[in-house]
Amino acid sequence: MALKDYLRQRFFPHMWCPGCGHGTVLNSLLRAVEQLGLSKNEIVMASGIGCSSRISGYVDFHTLHTLHGRALAFATGVKLSQPELNVIVPMGDGDALAIGGNHFIHACRRNIDITAIVMNNRIYGMTGGQFSPMSGVGINATTAPFQNIDRDFDVVKMATAAGATFVARSTTYHAQQAADLIKQAILHEGFSVVEILSQCPTHFGRKNKQGAAADMMERYKDITVPVGSKKKAENPDLIERGIFVQEEAPEYCREYDKIIAKAMKG
Amino acid sequence: MAKKKLKQHHIDRDWCKGCGICVHFCPKNVLELDDMDKVFAARPEDCIACKLCEIRCPDLAIEIETE
Ligand SMILES: Cc1ncc(C[n+]2csc(CCOP(=O)(O)OP(=O)(O)O)c2C)c(N)n1
Ligand code: SF4
Ligand code: SF4
Ligand code: SF4
Repeated sequence: MALKDYLRQRFFPHMWCPGCGHGTVLNSLLRAVEQLGLSKNEIVMASGIGCSSRISGYVDFHTLHTLHGRALAFATGVKLSQPELNVIVPMGDGDALAIGGNHFIHACRRNIDITAIVMNNRIYGMTGGQFSPMSGVGINATTAPFQNIDRDFDVVKMATAAGATFVARSTTYHAQQAADLIKQAILHEGFSVVEILSQCPTHFGRKNKQGAAADMMERYKDITVPVGSKKKAENPDLIERGIFVQEEAPEYCREYDKIIAKAMKG
Repeated sequence: MAKKKLKQHHIDRDWCKGCGICVHFCPKNVLELDDMDKVFAARPEDCIACKLCEIRCPDLAIEIETE
């Protein structure tokens, strides 16, 4: 199927700002779905609130646009009732790790077969550039006019510690890799987390003097290295990308089926 | 596998927001923005059909058709 056939083209051009990385994440996601040969009917996308979460309005899958931070709870319900469907949950860093932090770690712990995509622009884009748990020390934001003193989370470490069985990271510069990682995450049976560094030129970029969208993407090239690269040992500030965790563990829906079978026996 | 050759750039002028990402990253300097801030293929003969523009475009506004 052609890429654009997966879109609700009547809503285009989309609402994202010029150069917003979230559009490139959408682009990568569509490529993953197309390469897997999935039909629109086999996919459910549940999202919360944020610029990132608006992605569910643009794809012609089964979609739910839900509450800020709570998309994983809705997705869990959908997956438990229709386990044969592929459930994808795109989230902003605020959506996933501030208001939705608890849902996030517990979804990881349960290992339910859902694909979470964290579209990390390190700021609250939709509400005007407040700092998020991913902004980090020294970042300028509307709510940190004298720079942020809060340390940031490492989503990869957090998802790993919480029990996610597929954990990966890429960036909008590495859009081809991002598509490949999303593809593998969808195929993985268990909870998958793919973090994609995604530029918000309008708020994060402007407040932190990082230039135009293309400059911010150039930066992703400079500050990231493939997992296991020697460069990381020499410079710990570099951010690794690739697959960090890929392991098998009992999947939640299957375990739940066993409980149902037990209960039915009486 | 034989290298694919460019047939045509398909640019959706309604969808393109002129962000310049494709222009910046094109390895062959094929693309430019016009005075309406819409992208066009200024030097199509140089295009190697790598599709980097298509893959990174946040607006799904540019497609490379190959022969
Ligand atoms: C319960 C609730 N609290 C707060 C908000 C306001 N709000 C809307 S989007 C958002 C954060 C958006 O940031 P992020 O999730 O990182 O996504 P982005 O817009 O950056 O893609 C907030 C706080 C809301 N909609 N609902
Ligand atoms: S405010 Fe930021 S995150 Fe939201 S659409 Fe604009 S660039 Fe994207
Ligand atoms: S990347 Fe897309 S939206 Fe940006 S200038 Fe190129 S075609 Fe237009
Ligand atoms: S396909 Fe490659 S060479 Fe051709 S215009 Fe796009 S980025 Fe440039």
